[in-house]
Amino acid sequence: MAEREQIKKPAPQREQTEVEDAPAASEQVEELKAELDDLLDEIDEVLETNAEDFVKSYIQKGGQ
Amino acid sequence: MAVPKICGIETEFGIVHTGTDDANPIAASSLLINSYLSEVERTGEGGPAAGVTWDFEDEMPGNDIRGIAPLGSLAPEIETHLVNAVLTNGARYYVDHAHPELSTPECSNALDVTRYDKAAELILRRSMEAAAQILPPGQELVVYKNNSDGKGNSYGCHENYLMARATPFSQIVVHATAHLVTRQIFTGSGKVGSEAPGLTTEDVPFQITQRADFFEEEVGLETTLKRPIINTRDEPHADARHYRRLHVIAGDANMSEVATFLKVGTTAIVLAMVEDNILPREFRFRMPVLAMRQVSYDLSLAKPLELADGTSATALEIQWDLLDQARKYADSHGLDAVGGSVGEMVIDRWEQVLAGLEADPATLAGQLDWVAKYRLIQGLAQRHDLRSDDARLAALDLQYHDLRPERSVAARAGLESLISADGAQAAITEPPLDTRAFFRGQCLKRWASSIVAANWDSIVFDVGDEPLRRVPMMEPSRGTADHVGQLLADCDTAADLLNRLRESGTR
Repeated sequence: MAEREQIKKPAPQREQTEVEDAPAASEQVEELKAELDDLLDEIDEVLETNAEDFVKSYIQKGGQ
Repeated sequence: MAVPKICGIETEFGIVHTGTDDANPIAASSLLINSYLSEVERTGEGGPAAGVTWDFEDEMPGNDIRGIAPLGSLAPEIETHLVNAVLTNGARYYVDHAHPELSTPECSNALDVTRYDKAAELILRRSMEAAAQILPPGQELVVYKNNSDGKGNSYGCHENYLMARATPFSQIVVHATAHLVTRQIFTGSGKVGSEAPGLTTEDVPFQITQRADFFEEEVGLETTLKRPIINTRDEPHADARHYRRLHVIAGDANMSEVATFLKVGTTAIVLAMVEDNILPREFRFRMPVLAMRQVSYDLSLAKPLELADGTSATALEIQWDLLDQARKYADSHGLDAVGGSVGEMVIDRWEQVLAGLEADPATLAGQLDWVAKYRLIQGLAQRHDLRSDDARLAALDLQYHDLRPERSVAARAGLESLISADGAQAAITEPPLDTRAFFRGQCLKRWASSIVAANWDSIVFDVGDEPLRRVPMMEPSRGTADHVGQLLADCDTAADLLNRLRESGTR
């Protein structure tokens, strides 16, 4: 697989990025977490109220 | 040179009739489709060509590419008595195996397939709304774009690719298998648990694809039992001397447009490379069926797959190699066979997604279905402290694929869109410009009352004072806007068209 190395982006300089990007990265993680929380709030709203019954009654005939 | 990779997707949808104890999936599917057909006929906004039914003349799903079907193999049956409509966008909308099914029109590239796949979702959504007007209060038909009910019953999302008859089938088998097994890392729609014999949700809490559990053979004719990774149905719907149609049954139905785009786009490129015989390395798995599941069950994407030559490679490594070959292929042969600039888009996105999968799949939550779904499953499990077999997780899995906007989880997951709302809307009624679907769609749009039946490779006209006339369309790349646009514009009636065709001998 030596050839694929050529088309991949070069690996970032590890130490440098860790120092420079640390605050930004944690901010981003927080942002993603907040976004996921909002999304889960919405999903809790729309999810079938009786999950057990819903899953049990979802039966399909086999197809192709 | 590779023949144009004319392609399309056919999706069998899950269907639930709520609010009744007396539900029958065939009746529900028929009602769903008939509601849509009546609604569009009533509003007169195009869509289905009312009264035009599917023509079964050329259907031979029992034909096997290998010649004689092996003993014990089960040829698919044709259900000619159920609702089966042709739409003005060139698509087919029908009941198959107790499911509503929609086949997109033939497209010249992966972006068009993605657009018509999106239009299919809109058509199913309108169908649900139309059925709700007809059903008693409290009842509803609900459609799911997934491939399994979580209880061992699966239904398919199949792809079709035009190929040159001259390409040795053994070459298609080896390279397509390598791709179909490993592309799962970006085509998977994700699934809670496993439906493979003997495995429980404890063994496989979450896997990458819906379908991997259901494959039992490497090569074969079946689609409903003992499903093979490579399907040998030999029904080209085109000139059989020049073409075959590779019928791919190994994929998942995708909610993500990026996943659909890559699923079709990368496969078209791999098949073009097979046709042009430029792939230097064969990745033959020691056990392809097992490899299919190994890839689906390995969320780390790190486990090597055993190859027949004694070495091993991960799915990602094989995909990097195919991508690398695709770049070289683009330079040496060009990408005309896979839609030119769309082929370039595919290659760029392919690389970006493989790099993302390698670095951290979570970065692709806005692009790939399995990653988006897994993130939500994990999030919900953590929030409510759920065990892996909790019904709420299975419910979330199913509801990811619910096509009702008010219930769909995928619609809320922040998935990137490649198709504009207008583009998808137009594709409900307008055929693609650059395949024979253009001719089919335009004829249906303008002269439905003079057409008795249509199918992939012909249209049967009835213009009254002469016998029924079948117009064959055996060349999928002809009948385009460039080819017949002027001819159609010059004709006022179907009789005009038939006369002009007779005079010129044009198909």
